[in-house]
Amino acid sequence: MMEKLNIQNIGLTVGILVILVGLWGLLTQKNLIKIVIGFALFDTGTHILMVSIGYIKYRTAPILDEAVDIRNAAKLVVDPIPQALVLTAIVIGLGITALMLSYVLKMYQNKKSLEINNYKDLKW
Amino acid sequence: MVKNAFIFLILIGVAMILVNLFAGFTGNVDLGQIANHYVANGPAEVGSANIVTAVVVTYRGFDTLGEVTILFLSAAIVGFFLKIENTDNTERNLKYTSEILNTASQVLVPIMILFGVYVFINGHLSPGGGFQGGAIIASGLVLMFIAQPKKEIGHKLINIIESISGVGFVLMGLAGVLFAGGFLDNNVIGLGKFGTLFSAGAIPIIYIFVGLKVGSELTGIALSLKENQNEA
Repeated sequence: MMEKLNIQNIGLTVGILVILVGLWGLLTQKNLIKIVIGFALFDTGTHILMVSIGYIKYRTAPILDEAVDIRNAAKLVVDPIPQALVLTAIVIGLGITALMLSYVLKMYQNKKSLEINNYKDLKW
Repeated sequence: MVKNAFIFLILIGVAMILVNLFAGFTGNVDLGQIANHYVANGPAEVGSANIVTAVVVTYRGFDTLGEVTILFLSAAIVGFFLKIENTDNTERNLKYTSEILNTASQVLVPIMILFGVYVFINGHLSPGGGFQGGAIIASGLVLMFIAQPKKEIGHKLINIIESISGVGFVLMGLAGVLFAGGFLDNNVIGLGKFGTLFSAGAIPIIYIFVGLKVGSELTGIALSLKENQNEA
């Protein structure tokens, strides 16, 4: 049991839980702002999951300063690629969240309601 | 009831997929082939101490250009969507901000902006970079919006900074085509001494542009949302 309790497994578990909480929020909530929060949580969970997958035991961050010997760097640092991808994904997630919130704001200005049940234009 | 059961089933299904992946994952013991190349040859090829920066700005610089474009697109749509028509010049009724917030913002905002600049200038040496630095600058400006709601910052200034830095990013990429190996190659003005501030070729310059661009875009989004507060 104890050998399972390392930082990588904790990261993966937290990522999976956050994804599930976000998905639950997306599927069950009726308030538009809460749906946006669900999206943001799903996003964050994916990021935690990706960074955790790139982790390698006993290794340090991919920054070559005094702590890392350059000649032997490939044996000392964790995978930089998931981190770079997550950096990209965080920024895009932020942009998308801002976009969704502005849609919500506009919808509220039109109908004075945040309940998704009151928006039946696309329902069939 | 049926609907709830359906939602429950979907959640269980997704959880099963993720847990199965988790159970089959044994953890990496070594870097993959590409990551190995980036870490082993990054210092010589790119000259950046922060390998993540080397990957983001140079090895996958084209992705970053696309990412900046997406951020620009979402900022532009937010600005377009939340544009307010100044039909009636009714004064917005604003609450007075507290003394604590006002004083604290006067102390904190310049420090936050300075820290943001520090973060994106040192993006090739330490954790950080253009996106993070830009976000810090934008959060400093959001604090200023909260503390002094009456203060006007024109969209025009923000748009000018954003456009100049966007064009600067692309021009640095084109300089790579002319003076180095290809688009967004950072070996334009020499790599410099590894690990110093003036190193890694074009990376600090590109990150300054990215930081200014991200900072101004996020500030623009926050400004649009702020201007719409009273409309809702």
